[in-house]
Amino acid sequence: MSGFPNPLPRPPEELERLRAVWRAPSGWRLISAVNNSYIGLFYLGAAMLFFVLAGILALLIRVQLAVPENDVLPQATYNQVFTMHGTMMMFLFAVPAVEAMGVYLLPNMQAARDLPFPRLSAYAFWAYAVGGLVFFCSLFFGLAPDGGWFMYPPLTSYEFSPGHNADFWLLGIGFIEISAIAGAIEILVGVLRTRAPGMTLDKLPVYSWAMLVFAVMIVFGFPAVILGTALLEIERGFHWPFFIAEKGGDPLLWQHLFWFFGHPDVYIIFLPAAGFVSAILPTMCGTPLVARRWVVLALVATGFIAFGVWVHHMFATGLPKLSLSFFSAASMAVAVPSGIQVFAWIATIAKGKLRLTVPSLFVLGFLAIFTLGGLTGVMVAVVPFDWQTHDTFFVVAHFHYVMIGGMVFPLFAAFYYWAPTASRRALSERLGRWCFGLMFVGFNVAFFPQHIAGLMGMPRRVWTYPAELGWGWINMTSTIGAFVLGLGALVFLIDLARNFRPFTGANAGNVWNAGTLEWLPGGTSVTRSIPIVTSLEPLWDQPTLARDVEDGRYYLPGTATGRRENAESCSVFGAEGHPASSKAAHRRSTS
Amino acid sequence: MSPRICTRCAKAALVALVGGCSGPQSALDPGGAAAEQIATLGWTMFAVATAILVAVLALAAHAALAPADRPAWALREGWVLGAGLAFPIVLLSALLVWSLSITGQGADAPPAPFRIQVVGERWWWRVTYLGPDGRPLFSTANELRLPVGRSVDVELTTADVIHSFWVPGLAGKLDMLPGRVNTLSLAAGRAGTYRGQCAEYCGGAHALMAFMVVAETDDSFDRWMAAQAAPVAEPTSDETRRGRDLFLASGCPACHAARGTPAVGAIGPDLTHVGGRLTIGAGLLPTHRGTLAAWIVDPGHLKPEVRMPAFPIYRGEDLRALAAWLESLE
Ligand code: HEC
Ligand SMILES: [Cu+2]
Repeated sequence: MSGFPNPLPRPPEELERLRAVWRAPSGWRLISAVNNSYIGLFYLGAAMLFFVLAGILALLIRVQLAVPENDVLPQATYNQVFTMHGTMMMFLFAVPAVEAMGVYLLPNMQAARDLPFPRLSAYAFWAYAVGGLVFFCSLFFGLAPDGGWFMYPPLTSYEFSPGHNADFWLLGIGFIEISAIAGAIEILVGVLRTRAPGMTLDKLPVYSWAMLVFAVMIVFGFPAVILGTALLEIERGFHWPFFIAEKGGDPLLWQHLFWFFGHPDVYIIFLPAAGFVSAILPTMCGTPLVARRWVVLALVATGFIAFGVWVHHMFATGLPKLSLSFFSAASMAVAVPSGIQVFAWIATIAKGKLRLTVPSLFVLGFLAIFTLGGLTGVMVAVVPFDWQTHDTFFVVAHFHYVMIGGMVFPLFAAFYYWAPTASRRALSERLGRWCFGLMFVGFNVAFFPQHIAGLMGMPRRVWTYPAELGWGWINMTSTIGAFVLGLGALVFLIDLARNFRPFTGANAGNVWNAGTLEWLPGGTSVTRSIPIVTSLEPLWDQPTLARDVEDGRYYLPGTATGRRENAESCSVFGAEGHPASSKAAHRRSTS
Repeated sequence: MSPRICTRCAKAALVALVGGCSGPQSALDPGGAAAEQIATLGWTMFAVATAILVAVLALAAHAALAPADRPAWALREGWVLGAGLAFPIVLLSALLVWSLSITGQGADAPPAPFRIQVVGERWWWRVTYLGPDGRPLFSTANELRLPVGRSVDVELTTADVIHSFWVPGLAGKLDMLPGRVNTLSLAAGRAGTYRGQCAEYCGGAHALMAFMVVAETDDSFDRWMAAQAAPVAEPTSDETRRGRDLFLASGCPACHAARGTPAVGAIGPDLTHVGGRLTIGAGLLPTHRGTLAAWIVDPGHLKPEVRMPAFPIYRGEDLRALAAWLESLE
């Protein structure tokens, strides 16, 4: 490439000034950092904390169910524990975790220095972290909600839940929902506006596409549940009858509002994970993603169809058969885009040469588990079959296959894959293999038998069951598997403790020989200059790119205004020419 | 292993699998046409899904382990669309048509000359048999009886929160919603006892909200119907007479009815024929003197949060007499 925007040599003090402007506050003031890389990692840390806490609750559930007629957890406690487990996994772990990864990765991947509204991300994070912790602590005061994570009224309304438990859910989750929307707006605008010059939509990483669809889905889906929670809280507080049948309300209204958010939420969680896989596999196989256009199309299609399937959570409510058939068809259709992606990934593996690293193992594990979860998903989309399996352990097994397989495994792949961009050391391949092995085996031992339990008639959300029904051995197996799965997660935490060293200003570098821009030197702190993008895997296609960026030959090699400056691009085409120095996002921190 | 032995092994394994999955509450152990159809649908889907899963995994393994010279198919996008787009569309369309044909179908057994109304209550089931004119014939709890080979319309609703009525051996579940009546048609193909359980989380003792469906031949069913319509019989022993008097003298009638006596309470289950029911406490315990006594003294210990108060005042002879009378109410 001949015409670089900035000539060499660069003025000597330029780099130091650039670094000073972007440096994060040190010591305990680190928590006041306002920059995507830092907020992204805090965010991720909080999400993992809730993952561990909710995972411990899951183990309590499994201990209680291990044998029939057990009484380790009394009924009232069990009801709180499973409600908290579900709520936390969905609202405090899954959505925030993928949102956090987006906040962390997107600017790096798009070679921007930050997202457009760093303070908004910080707001989203702090609202979530504080709200989430307060919410979790309600468990210690016996005030945790106990209405199940989808909080169906009238059970959760004032008459049948007179305590403050349900209010904790409604207010706590209200905060989290608002935080999720704030984060989504940040990501939405970020994908569209903060991209390196030349990164037109056809050169946008698949992961960015996934996050774009993700953000749009949050912006459409979450208002429904915010409305629902507001109405229910008003009903509880002021006795306005939105959901009370004898006063003219309708309990099904809540179900519609909740699942209009709730089902898309599953894809809100899955699409970013699919984005991880589409980013990791090409690197590990050393070849661009096969059928990339179709994968992008599949992401967008999922985003659309996902809003037409919510009634499949309500097949047993007695709605007219005609509407059931429509939603049944849509629910089956949503499997198709996932199928396309699965085969595109397999084709990518076949085309390249897969290196069996820890991220690859997690991706392969994901493929196996998610495929099974998808197949049982088609089964429960079949109306009569769902009449038998709805609200049973079959469904519990199904959604853990889809959620743990479809999101947790890719997330762990992502941790192992991207850790070197944030940390001075990469995570350990040896511990990573143990982590994967334990998690994969543990997961299947824990959840596969639950399909059988469900078919044998075991409903979900029961704290005990009689021995005569023959569910004992299934549940014991499940419990053993759950602990093995937990052990796998523990190995990961040990690996983190031993090797993960973020915020040191240095990182491990492009250890996988990846082709995308988050692997430019400089990593999370700040890239020396913002390159012009000419292809999908710039680091593969322009061997000197990393050095040229590092030398400061590209855009914004220093700071012109003495403040933080960022690239800004046209939403659709990406900037052709100069990245305007965006509004200074943040006043220069201390010298 | 010879192929003969192989098939025999496979058959044995399948029988063991199916047998291991049977039970009074198993959807894989159908006792009626509706559940049977769904089970067939289920087994078919399991078989096809297994085949697809194995194929996908084999393909992935092949792709991952393929030697350095890349398989030619991998380089074409076309098969991704074939396998990911065309194949599922064809297969899913077929599945949709089949499943909808089952969805629309009612039971084809001849209808019974009565209906059953079941009201979900926290955490038990109020069961009322209705005559052809819709008038209530009698009321009972936590147990339905059906004549084999007849289809019975069961009208489902709730007195409080949402519950879901589910007898896996006979049919899929259907929710009981405030302000609505959902009708489920139940038909048993063979005599037997099927267990059902509430399938929509309803708080508190949701786990302990079960019931029984007994399908029996016409003769014994008719006898049962006649017996249920009758009021409480006059006690025949001193002990049961004493038990009845205690029942009427204490707080029980405020909540319980015993037809033919002054007890007409409607908050709890009708106890007119409680001794003839298989279980007490909504599928919790088998009905006999001992369990009845334990229940009366402290129902909350057996079923946490239960909506019947404990009666620790009853002890010794009194308790035995009360339990004996209840047990005699067949
Ligand atoms: C405040 C109302 C109330 C009072 C008073 C009351 N019960 Fe109950 N009883 C109930 C309720 C409600 C149930 C159903 C509990 C369940 O299964 O969840 C019940 C269930 C029962 C059952 C089991 C019925 C079945 O078929 O499952 C028996 C037997 C019984 N009560 C006996 C008594 C006796 C004897 C007394 C008086 C000493 C009494 N009850 C007083 C409310 C009451
Ligand atoms: Cu119930």
